[in-house]
Amino acid sequence: MDYIGEHLLPGQIGHLLIILSFVASIIATVAYFISARATNPVDEASWKKLGRIAFFIDAISVIGVFVILFSLIYNHRYEYQYVYKNSGNDLEPKYILSSLWSASEGSFILWTLWHAILGVILIFTSKKWEAPVMSVLSFAQLCLATMMLGIYFFGTKIGSSPFALFREQMPDLPAFQFADYALRIKDGNGLNMLLQNYWMVIHPPVLFLGFASTIIPFAFAMGGLMTKKYGDWVKPVLPWALFSACVLGVGIMMGGAWAYESLSFGGYWAWDPVENASLVPWLVLLAGIHTLIIYKNTGRSLQTSFFLIALSFILIVYSTFLTRSGILGETSVHSFADLGMNAQLYLFLYAFFWLPAILSLNGLNKKLIASGAAIAFLLLAEFVHPIFALISPIAALVLFLVNMNKLIPAIKKEEAASSREFWMFIGSLVILFSAIIITAQTSLPVYNKVFGIKMAPAQDVEFSYNRIQIFIAIIIGLLTAVGQYLKYKETGTKYFLKKIGLPFIISAIASGLILAFGNINYDKYGIGYLSFVWAAIACSVFAIIANFSYIWIGIKGKLKLSGPSIAHFGFGMMLLGILISSSKKEILSYNTSGIFVPLGEDSKELPGENMTLIKGQKMDMGKYWVTYASDSVHPKKSQWYFKIDFEDKNTKEKFTITPNAFVNYKGNEGLMANPGSKHYWDHDVFGYITTMTDQSKNQDTSTFHAKTMKVGDTTLYGKKGFMVLEDVKSIDSLPVDIFGPDGKLFEARLRVYPDMSKLTEVDYSTPRLALAKGSFLNVPDTLSSGIMIQLNKADDEQIEIGVKIPSTVTQYLTLKALKFPFINLLWLGTIIMAIGFVVSMVRRIQISRSQA
Amino acid sequence: MKKTHIILLVLIIGAIAALISLMPKGGTDLLSSYETIASAKEKSGKFVHVVAKLDKTQPIDYDAMKNPNYLSFTAVDTTGGKVKVIYNNAKPDNLEHSERLVMKGKMNGDVFECNEILMKCPSKYTDDPNRIQESLNKNTN
Repeated sequence: MDYIGEHLLPGQIGHLLIILSFVASIIATVAYFISARATNPVDEASWKKLGRIAFFIDAISVIGVFVILFSLIYNHRYEYQYVYKNSGNDLEPKYILSSLWSASEGSFILWTLWHAILGVILIFTSKKWEAPVMSVLSFAQLCLATMMLGIYFFGTKIGSSPFALFREQMPDLPAFQFADYALRIKDGNGLNMLLQNYWMVIHPPVLFLGFASTIIPFAFAMGGLMTKKYGDWVKPVLPWALFSACVLGVGIMMGGAWAYESLSFGGYWAWDPVENASLVPWLVLLAGIHTLIIYKNTGRSLQTSFFLIALSFILIVYSTFLTRSGILGETSVHSFADLGMNAQLYLFLYAFFWLPAILSLNGLNKKLIASGAAIAFLLLAEFVHPIFALISPIAALVLFLVNMNKLIPAIKKEEAASSREFWMFIGSLVILFSAIIITAQTSLPVYNKVFGIKMAPAQDVEFSYNRIQIFIAIIIGLLTAVGQYLKYKETGTKYFLKKIGLPFIISAIASGLILAFGNINYDKYGIGYLSFVWAAIACSVFAIIANFSYIWIGIKGKLKLSGPSIAHFGFGMMLLGILISSSKKEILSYNTSGIFVPLGEDSKELPGENMTLIKGQKMDMGKYWVTYASDSVHPKKSQWYFKIDFEDKNTKEKFTITPNAFVNYKGNEGLMANPGSKHYWDHDVFGYITTMTDQSKNQDTSTFHAKTMKVGDTTLYGKKGFMVLEDVKSIDSLPVDIFGPDGKLFEARLRVYPDMSKLTEVDYSTPRLALAKGSFLNVPDTLSSGIMIQLNKADDEQIEIGVKIPSTVTQYLTLKALKFPFINLLWLGTIIMAIGFVVSMVRRIQISRSQA
Repeated sequence: MKKTHIILLVLIIGAIAALISLMPKGGTDLLSSYETIASAKEKSGKFVHVVAKLDKTQPIDYDAMKNPNYLSFTAVDTTGGKVKVIYNNAKPDNLEHSERLVMKGKMNGDVFECNEILMKCPSKYTDDPNRIQESLNKNTN
């Protein structure tokens, strides 16, 4: 069939560019690898040149892919499956970008785009490290390109192309039996409602920059193995490792901010597998940065640094596997859809598990044997038992650790227990320990798959993590506080006590005050757990004050050196924010009064967390009076907005929150609520809709009653209401392009008394009538009492209004409201920590340059 | 890794393990399990995950005007088990349209008391051709 109305060229170019980037990254990987191993400078230079050219081609192709996909979404080319599934006509321009990276294929594009940009920067800055580092980065590009190929290789589909044509993916659908099908599709399926949020415009690029940048420390470490200069990579890698930790940390917390503001999950962190999967590599990277700094200052912990830096990137790939393979299934609320690429994703992961181990072996024979073993494990996993899929990565990590211990001779003399390096090392191990536990808990679906069992997460998922991580918080808080007051090699007791004395006393007083007057009585899990929360709060206060003081006590206010202190200060603040906001979170909408009627069988005396509000009625909600004041609907989308008025009973302060909800949006049956919020410096109030009047079943059967009025006239309505026409305005000078040459707009102003026995209750209504391009357009007005007033006819003399009193159906909604205290500490702490990372990074770049 | 490291690490891990074991257990086990309705009934009082479907032949009892925190319906699973479910929270709006329910809670007598319900809805992300055709029908003219 000859199809008409399709735009095939952009997709063909896009697909060609993906293939080009695939081929170019193969060439770049091989050329750079040969250059890195070359002993002859001429060979080295010529292979490097080839590598560069290939990488530039890859980078340009990837940028081209991004631009083409963007333009397809922007121009609503619904003949492309990706565009149809992830966008629609109703999208605001800013969400075009969110559409682009909302599904698996698009987010791979984002990732590979960042690799391309970082790669170009590395080509110009990494000097002698260029060849080894770029060979690893090109290899990662190669892996990512395969994810987007979307071609069949001996009957197996490799990758999923964002440029796949809809009709080719589902050729049997009746919709595609018409030659002009592309012209018939008028609208797309729309962007997932959860992603129609401004955080989704900026969070993914930042998070993926964090993801993409973790390859650089990994690549430097692998470069160290390739060139066999095991210690040389540490100096140039530090700025990159700090950059990566900074961006990844900020990206993760932006995801937290998105969850906090849009997801109605009741918080910024739910220990969801997808969240954990990006947190764990960050934790391991932090541990790795600390051991790298130990090596720079004392020559110790190089093996551990190799291991941690490699592991950090491997965990990034593991997180990709978890979130995109569909394996998480029921345990996660926001993983990607399964694209049927599990085998391919597993191979990607597998390659990076074995790469460090193979590179750490000396001699081609050993390398070949290890590669053979890796393949053998893979076959065993496929044909014998899936348990080998678990054993193999662990074997690879153990092999890598053993090799590193052989390659790098350990320093015989033990470090003193009073030295900074000793406690930094312990801290790194504790962070690693925390990461291992989180990974072990998150990987539950993997065990289910491997062992064919059916274990489910705990009843209280958050507590199952918190009960362990609270101890990590205590230890890390304490180490963060004292770490910098210790000296390398050894610390004199007198020196230590003298320096830390003042911060310690201030912290003791400050945390004493917080615990005494802060009402931190989170006894849901018993007094034992509460005492650990108290201890963790005290330790984080100590971390904040000690690191802040160190800027003056330790480094005499030299800002250039203050990066670590600032970062640790911010980290302490994050810790404190997390502890206080989680332990003092309050549900405001406990159904304490109102229309709650305890029924026989459900009167479990469990106060429900939702409260029903009837439109226009002031209801009692604990500390507040709340009123469901009004609602309105988005002009283009099926999205409802509600105005809910709050009044604090004590302070009489009034404020309004405006939660909204998508209702049956684009074939998604049901309601998807976005909370409304009111922010204060010390707490936030959140409210979201849990149910609302079914608008489709609630078709109002009452009709408009027409009444003719002149200015000054009074008319009765309903049983006891009346209204006075105060004024009628007419406007002639209207924009011609909208209203046509004879456009006119009338606006009536009515004073409405809903109850004639209570003349103090007054409301105003301003219905409008527009004459645009020859047709009349009514803009009715709904008052809080429910009556609807429209302007039927108007001239300069008199008007005809229509009054509709809603039938007995009451408009209601159920609201869930929460209060989060001191969440701003967490956001502020994140920003300060990021600043600390940047200051450290600048310092490390300067050191690296001055000694180069 | 030196002796001191090992000792310290063992101490820390030991301390955490000891402290965890001292913590209250009530309903906070690290794991639970997926059950059918029949096997959940056998484990009455134990927290489980049950995967089932809404029984559309039975009424859904929810009236936000009376009590916004009381929902009751009947669930059936693939093995033919049937149970009345009580959920003390707002009714998930897409309950009627859900294809599958993952219910977390425990049996109490004859009813399944549910703390949390996850809905698996026929969303636009499934690759079911019928769904896609339906969606296409809506968006074409």
